[in-house]
Amino acid sequence: MIPRAKLKSQKLEAAEALLAARALPGGGAWITRAREAAHARVMDMGLPVKRDEYWRYTDPRRLTDAEPQGAALLDPQDESPVFDGFDRVKLVFVDGVLNEAESDPLALEGVEICTLAQAAATDLHWARDLYGTLEARGQKPVERSLASLNTAYATEGVLIRVTGRPAKPLSLIYHRSGEAGEAMVHHVIRVEPGAEATVLENGPMAARFNQVMEVDVAQGGTLHHIRAQGRDHERAGVAHLFAQLGEGANLKSFTLTANGALIRNEAVIWLDGARGSAHIAGATVGDGAFHHDDTVFINHAAPQCESRQVFKKVLRHGAVGVFQGKILVDQVAQLTDGYQISQSLLLDEDAQFLAKPELEIYADDVKCSHGSTSGEIDPNQLFYLRARGLREDQAKLLLVLAFLAEALEEIADPALAEDLRERMESWLKRRV
Amino acid sequence: MAALDETQLREGVDRETVETVQSMAGTYKHGWETEIEMEFAPKGLNEDIVRLISEKNNEPEWLLEWRLAAYRRWLTMESPDWAMLDIPMIDYQEQYYYAKPKSMVEKPKSLDEVDPKLLETYAKLGIPLKEQAILAGVEGAGEERKVAVDAVFDSVSVGTTFKKELAAAGVIFCSISEAVQDHPELVKKYLGTVVPQNDNYFAALNSAVFSDGSFVYIPKGVRCPMELSTYFRINAENTGQFERTLIVAEKGSYVSYLEGCTAPKRDENQLHAAVVEIVVLEDAEVKYSTVQNWFPGDENGKGGIYNFVTKRADCREDRAKCMWTQVETGSAITWKYPSCILRGDDSQGEFYSIAIANNWQQADTGTKMVHLGRNTRSRIVSKGISAGHAQNTYRGLVSMHPKAKDSRNYTQCDSLLIGDQCGAHTVPYIEVRNASSRVEHEATTSKVDDDQLFYCRQRGMDEEEAVALVVNGFCKEVLQELPMEFAMEAQALVAISLEGSVG
Repeated sequence: MIPRAKLKSQKLEAAEALLAARALPGGGAWITRAREAAHARVMDMGLPVKRDEYWRYTDPRRLTDAEPQGAALLDPQDESPVFDGFDRVKLVFVDGVLNEAESDPLALEGVEICTLAQAAATDLHWARDLYGTLEARGQKPVERSLASLNTAYATEGVLIRVTGRPAKPLSLIYHRSGEAGEAMVHHVIRVEPGAEATVLENGPMAARFNQVMEVDVAQGGTLHHIRAQGRDHERAGVAHLFAQLGEGANLKSFTLTANGALIRNEAVIWLDGARGSAHIAGATVGDGAFHHDDTVFINHAAPQCESRQVFKKVLRHGAVGVFQGKILVDQVAQLTDGYQISQSLLLDEDAQFLAKPELEIYADDVKCSHGSTSGEIDPNQLFYLRARGLREDQAKLLLVLAFLAEALEEIADPALAEDLRERMESWLKRRV
Repeated sequence: MAALDETQLREGVDRETVETVQSMAGTYKHGWETEIEMEFAPKGLNEDIVRLISEKNNEPEWLLEWRLAAYRRWLTMESPDWAMLDIPMIDYQEQYYYAKPKSMVEKPKSLDEVDPKLLETYAKLGIPLKEQAILAGVEGAGEERKVAVDAVFDSVSVGTTFKKELAAAGVIFCSISEAVQDHPELVKKYLGTVVPQNDNYFAALNSAVFSDGSFVYIPKGVRCPMELSTYFRINAENTGQFERTLIVAEKGSYVSYLEGCTAPKRDENQLHAAVVEIVVLEDAEVKYSTVQNWFPGDENGKGGIYNFVTKRADCREDRAKCMWTQVETGSAITWKYPSCILRGDDSQGEFYSIAIANNWQQADTGTKMVHLGRNTRSRIVSKGISAGHAQNTYRGLVSMHPKAKDSRNYTQCDSLLIGDQCGAHTVPYIEVRNASSRVEHEATTSKVDDDQLFYCRQRGMDEEEAVALVVNGFCKEVLQELPMEFAMEAQALVAISLEGSVG
């Protein structure tokens, strides 16, 4: 065990090394306050280092190195983008910067959209009470200082206020133009009472990226969040989702991930109002030099809420899958229904699955369960399919898809779910 | 709560259990103390104390050096803070590290010479230090079963029964201080090979100041003719107990070992930091059962034992097997993770645990199953029960190393909450580094089912009895793994620990 004082000083050194040559971006009064506070948090907490318990299974150094590593670009003709053909409002970011020329007009009935840069220049904005606030709340019980780093230094992002029920999804599309580079994007989404919207995300953001999405869903509101990460083999990134849910509010967040040298997806959800519901799911196809980490924290802070975490990972050729999930049930959160499953299918001997599924419960009238399994394809199932005339590769593909399907079920829109399922199948069929 | 469907519950309505529970009055029945003249080492901890303990035990030079190395290492270490425990600052200089009844200064040659007060103490605890007796509480339970007992009182072993009969079978069962004198080559060969001195903060402390504990050696091919048991009693005030137990099971041998512990009721907290090492060689099997019933503190959280224990079995060779069964009802703080290193191919580890925390108790307990050999198997069944203001955490590790092909783990940990002021937590670490191994982990948390309580109440049981019965049903999978002598005591303990938690 490394002495605690030494660990702390390593974290502080990491923060100082990264921030030495950086200056906080300018802006209006409210955002300057938020950025300064976030900067102070980073300097107080330091940045994650290898011996951090919270980073036990993922080495954070590629995310914190003062100089980001480059990552080779994929041929854009390699495959068609995800969600192609869906009617949606596109917001295109190139190298982490919103490109208005490539984007659709920021107009959609039932939604107010503006960019972080626009809002930062104003003195007053609705996002003022949310920007950096949820991220700061998410620093307990464990430090997530990379998110504070983002709050302090991000200059790009969109602020979305959902007031009605927009007819089509908002689609955040990321492109990158070069092998070097780093992006920090910070989105804020507020769903007003009774409103409902779908937000899509896809595309390679940057060789190294750090993303924060802060979500506030008011009473009876609903947000669908569907994200596709990949294929982008060499990138390293961390994406944070902080969401607080009011009474009867719903959040469904699904992430499909393929490849990438290092991806850490953190989700921090607070069920603050009675009868809220949060479903966080992910399907991962990892091949080769791939390290994928899902870290989820769900806090039941009000009675009668429901939460589901469904994470499925298929790993081969040395890919590493990590799942850290925690359900915290406060004393007031009676009649909680919490469910968590994390499963991995290891397709060859080099793959690894590392999991830490936790429950922390302070209320007595609750139903909470978690399960975690890891193993190879069941030879009996394989035999059954082979006996019915399928080739081994066909049979395996079928079984792998069936395994991943449970996570896809968490997507409400069947057309979007089918789009991702097809994508998953095409990824599984090809080798890197 | 799969163990609690209605059929099982009906079968579970066991008169005997209810009667045993009724017959045991008071909440902690082992809280009295023995008035006896003691010899203490000076208070506090330093190299001189370590030397003194070593000298009192007439230890060879290598062991003194070993202790001193551990002590120096301990000074550089930090008390672990990762457990979900609120551990008050412990002043290690305010403790006595060695306490011995004066009558034991000249070691008695046989049990007949032991101070009757000491014998009485154990008789009162239901532990017979006579060779024809069996453990109390199992009279009429069919054939008489012999149990050899090593009784440890504060820092020294009072006596060991059935030594001759065991010796005839080639089994060595004695206190570790005797083993150092009589079998130094064995102690030197195995001591610290499973739990190294610097393994963790409390193991380092124990390695520096360990007093007594048991030593068991089962020779090749021998099935130990009776169950072995050690009974630990803390009696003296402000005295830490640092037991050290070493069990070596040679090729093809078998032993079942039981451990029990109690302490008087006191307002001050007392420290207990133990190390248990088990070496299991080819085809050997060791069963290790514990009923931990140290004084848990009173209903306001005053007093109680701080229990920091490192227990580990090394299944060193092929087809070795170790099974841990524990019933944890006592202690103000429990920090304990009996583990298995499954090094040999086809070796097996099992862990069955019931941890009950009531009032202001805190328990952070679980196991580690480290799979290194091929085709190794492990099974974990943990039942945690929280009541009152208690916090109860299951913490475990299942690790499948790249070379542990075709290995298997199944883990089930269930928690039960009684009342809304307590907490139940699960912190499993699952590390799978090869594809052919299968790991399954399941955990549930729930409250005592109202329908089941109603069913029991309808049949004339009062509420506490009903809760005890439901909880016993919940724990059944673990209780049935205990040797019979302990199963009875454990069932009763489950009920007693929960007294006053209803309502």
